[in-house]
Amino acid sequence: MKVVNNKTKSIDGLGIMKGRKAYTDDYAEKDSLIVKVLRSPHPFARIVSIDDSVARNLEGIEMVLTHKDFKRIPFTRAGQGYPEPSPHDKFVLDEYVRYIGDEVLAVVGINETVVEKALGLIKVEYEVLEPVLDFENAKDNEILIHPEEEIHEMFDIGFKPKRNIAASYGMEIGDVKKTLESCDYVIKETFYTQAQAHVMLEPHTVNARMDYQNRIIIYSATQTPFHVRRIISQGLEIPLSKIRVIKPRVGGGFGGKQAIHGEMLVAYVTYKTGKSAKMIYTRKEVFESSYSRHPMRLEMTLGADKNGVLKAINCEALSDTGAYGEHALTVFMVTGSKVLPLYNKVEAVRFVGDIVYTNHTPAGAFRGYGAIQGNFALESAVDILCQKMNVNPIDFRKKNMMKEKETSPIFEIMGEGTAGTAMIMESCKLDECVDKGMDLIGWKEKYPRVETKDKIKSVGMAIAMQGSGIPYIDMGSATIKLNDDGFYNLMVGATEIGQGSDTVLTQIAAEELMTEVEKVVIYSSDTDLTPFDVGAYASSTTYVSGNAVLKAAKELKNQMIIEAARILSIDVERVNFDGKEFWDEESDKMISLVDLSNQITYSHEQKQLQVTSSYVGHKSPPPFMAGFVEIEIDKETFEIDILHYVSVVDCGTTINPMLAKGQVDGAIVQGLGMAHFEDVKYAKNGKLITNDLLNYKIPTRLDIKKLTTVFVDSYEESGPFGAKSVGEIGIDTPPAALANAVFNALGVRITSLPITSEKIFREIRR
Amino acid sequence: MEIKEYLKPKSIEEAYEALLSNINNKIIGGGAWIKISLKKVDTLISLDDLKLNYIKEENDFFEIGSMTPLRDLEINKGLNDLAGGIISKAIGNIMGVSIRNIATIGGSVMGKFAFSDLLGVLMVLDAELIFYNSGVISVEDFINMPKIPKDILLSIRLKKQTAKGYFKKVATTHLDFSILNLAIVYNERFKIAIGSRPNIAVLAKRTEEYLNGFKKLDEANLDEVVKISLEEVKLGDNSRGSKEYRELLMKTYLKRGIREVIK
Amino acid sequence: MKIDLTINKQKRTFLVEPNEYLLDVLRRYDYHSVRRGCDNTSCGVCTVLLDGKPVPSCSVLAIRCENRDITTVEGIEKEAEKLAHYFGELGADQCGYCNPSMALTVYALKRENKNAGDEDIKSYLVGNLCRCTGYVAQHEAIKRYLGDES
Repeated sequence: MKVVNNKTKSIDGLGIMKGRKAYTDDYAEKDSLIVKVLRSPHPFARIVSIDDSVARNLEGIEMVLTHKDFKRIPFTRAGQGYPEPSPHDKFVLDEYVRYIGDEVLAVVGINETVVEKALGLIKVEYEVLEPVLDFENAKDNEILIHPEEEIHEMFDIGFKPKRNIAASYGMEIGDVKKTLESCDYVIKETFYTQAQAHVMLEPHTVNARMDYQNRIIIYSATQTPFHVRRIISQGLEIPLSKIRVIKPRVGGGFGGKQAIHGEMLVAYVTYKTGKSAKMIYTRKEVFESSYSRHPMRLEMTLGADKNGVLKAINCEALSDTGAYGEHALTVFMVTGSKVLPLYNKVEAVRFVGDIVYTNHTPAGAFRGYGAIQGNFALESAVDILCQKMNVNPIDFRKKNMMKEKETSPIFEIMGEGTAGTAMIMESCKLDECVDKGMDLIGWKEKYPRVETKDKIKSVGMAIAMQGSGIPYIDMGSATIKLNDDGFYNLMVGATEIGQGSDTVLTQIAAEELMTEVEKVVIYSSDTDLTPFDVGAYASSTTYVSGNAVLKAAKELKNQMIIEAARILSIDVERVNFDGKEFWDEESDKMISLVDLSNQITYSHEQKQLQVTSSYVGHKSPPPFMAGFVEIEIDKETFEIDILHYVSVVDCGTTINPMLAKGQVDGAIVQGLGMAHFEDVKYAKNGKLITNDLLNYKIPTRLDIKKLTTVFVDSYEESGPFGAKSVGEIGIDTPPAALANAVFNALGVRITSLPITSEKIFREIRR
Repeated sequence: MEIKEYLKPKSIEEAYEALLSNINNKIIGGGAWIKISLKKVDTLISLDDLKLNYIKEENDFFEIGSMTPLRDLEINKGLNDLAGGIISKAIGNIMGVSIRNIATIGGSVMGKFAFSDLLGVLMVLDAELIFYNSGVISVEDFINMPKIPKDILLSIRLKKQTAKGYFKKVATTHLDFSILNLAIVYNERFKIAIGSRPNIAVLAKRTEEYLNGFKKLDEANLDEVVKISLEEVKLGDNSRGSKEYRELLMKTYLKRGIREVIK
Repeated sequence: MKIDLTINKQKRTFLVEPNEYLLDVLRRYDYHSVRRGCDNTSCGVCTVLLDGKPVPSCSVLAIRCENRDITTVEGIEKEAEKLAHYFGELGADQCGYCNPSMALTVYALKRENKNAGDEDIKSYLVGNLCRCTGYVAQHEAIKRYLGDES
């Protein structure tokens, strides 16, 4: 392979570094109306009355929008396949506000100053209601967060709003109770994970204008432009054909932009007034009024026999979706489906629980998508079990974990929102990942700990798996067009959000067309101009959209060869092509790609060669990894220094090894953030205290000492050039690896995230 | 934030008069925190034209203009010789370089921020604040004043001294505010300040006094030091840490700091 | 109010309100490379050079920039190209939202301390957050840029 799996620079790095116009707000019309939202100061309240008489008449104020301006059409903001597995439980604006930061009304005016002023002049009378803030007491609480009648599920997801349940799920293979009773060793532990924030550096941003065909053009910093178009159409009853969504460069998403945020209000304003409008979330709004990761409680029971065989896993989980149920069921299912198959030799496995509503900021999609929560619980529990059995946790894992050509019955039972798809692990080098990782961290010398005067150094590890798209649901497509002078346009609905998918997809096309990256010009994504793609989520772009690009490139190559055969007057089978020239070995007939493209464009039997291909996965081959952490803990204050993180990853072929490494490095640091740094604090009334970057702390470059990320040789037959996904897998291991390292250092087990020095102190003192 | 007018006085008198003329007139220092600390201002008074951005080294003291950015203090050679570079150590851990390029020493003092890493250091260095109207006030007295005076801070004076210094900040990340900070200067006698308790920095006077009573310290003395400091320094809870954890931090770093400065 | 200033070596007059921040004014005057991140000095994304020194434009009142010298990444194009080259070589590009501010900050570091070691680089840039890369590739790229004498 010449382009794939070789060093290729990002195709867009230079222009981005030079600050060229690229991101959503760079394209806002200069005279855009400013849309701002008045946000609820109460965790739960009914709006009794709104007095906006002064504000409305202020010079420069265009309109004040309240729930009375909108038809009651419930929808979900989650950007997912349709029909969505999330409840339709949200209105553009509602009479009820359900968390501090929820939308009360919107003010629209000619500039920020006047809009701010107007917001200050509006008087809202609330009937303050008692909130449900403790997710462990939400189910069947007498307080109902969603009493309204119109809300509904699209198909059975276990939606029971009268019990504060957004969704529920349960599955059991074998008989867990019986199997556990037969085990020689059983451990049970309860784990808690926090509402991590995405902290993509570009806040949620949207702007809109009407074009001369009277269509609405929306620029949105989104991961899912096609889903945005559909949801806007449903929520505002604008015909789909009248909406164009353009996704420019996106400044990071991590799942946070797999949903609509300001799009509905801005689209409404522009559609209604004909004027351009825009909205940029403040950082506080990004924290308080968009999404977080779903906090969870996970009760994990493991049973093993005296030969060190893991026999049973029981996971009972509870997830807090906050005030609205975006991604509630699917995140929850991933907690089981992309975690529990790691130990596929068990006789019985059970995964069951509810996703409940509370009066907190809603939770939504976030890199890892449930897997990081489940992985923390399972991989901590495995170490607890090994401690009890007095066996080496690495030996135990190697004996019980998934291996190549094996499978797990979970794959068939659990999908995302629906049943799953059976599959054999055609590529799984997890054993190699573990061995290599042990060497790279120096496990044998360092496990479990090395003490010095004031400090203890220790190591810990965890293994993980993810998926590559959602089989039979996620569709990606690509259009490739041959231009005169022999270069190509590649149009994809796949959504570059900073992860490098434009570069990776370009490489796939260039490889198949045997050309250089520079000869393939990519454009993503625009609902008018690029073919459908579900968007950037579920670790699907390289695998699903990449396969679509590969198919399109193959098909275009065939068409070019047919044209060459015609021009050279030879049989198609006799045409050779090397990316630059078409020739016939026998007759010495030859035409260059440049000449061919010019000829069919300008001079003879002119035609446009263009192919669109689509791909839907028939399985979701998991990438695997082993993560190892070395830490140093202060013996007196328990301050933790993360010295080194080793990641050994099996993601099949790395289409772009540097960008793949970047995905893993970035995910590791985000995972370490969840594991150690990113504490989420609420005030008693449910207000998020950690609602800006002065109070919510993500790792800085001084906090990250050393990362070693390597890939093992692996080839996934079904992936483009052997690739699987790599976007999410990196985030899963840090919480459990750190918890295990802390245990190895001090003998204390921290079961809630983040693992802070103060928590260790409290645990030791106890 | 609302600002009706912006005034750039040409003299300190003019600035002072403007400040007194209206209760809603405010002085802007570096401005790093005005978004957080100011909501409504009638006239915002800038000291930018008053030549208050300087670090002067005299024979026995340094004088630092109140509008001097923290970054200038951090990289000043002379100040770096003072008490083992304690100023640079404290400032170097405040947010990022770009903030330290705008935040001024005057703003850091006048803000009386509870999370300040610098106030404790100024206290252990016996800093004197020179005000336009009130004259010289020690930083300790200034911190103990119930209200921030309506006055213009012109400069900060730091005595030169040959002393050892220790500064420790404990925080979640390198950009975070302190869970606790601790500054020690030792020059025959001890000066110890604890900040971000979470309340504003205080001197541990009884602890200093106890320490100053010894010619030579041993570990048993240090245990007593910890006991006294826990009695006199009031620690509490906030979102960054509990009282109990702060106690642990103070105990540990007080001992470590003392051991280091008497080495 | 009208203020005169120099931006990227060009004299300009901006119309500003007393409560407007430099970030908002620069974006209003189409300096799109200056970007909004956190609103309160915590992320580094809005960094510009003010009289040659990196400052968070989200927290500098525009009115205070009268008669001063502002540099955005457009003003250090050659340096940005060099840094982009090393970012590309090392695979340090991801979303890129913070890249122009990164270029300005490392350029300022280069002028202050040519021989910056690993810790100096990290300390100088600690206020420039990145949520994408995990910092490692960026760090290596910045080191190479600082060592580039061309």
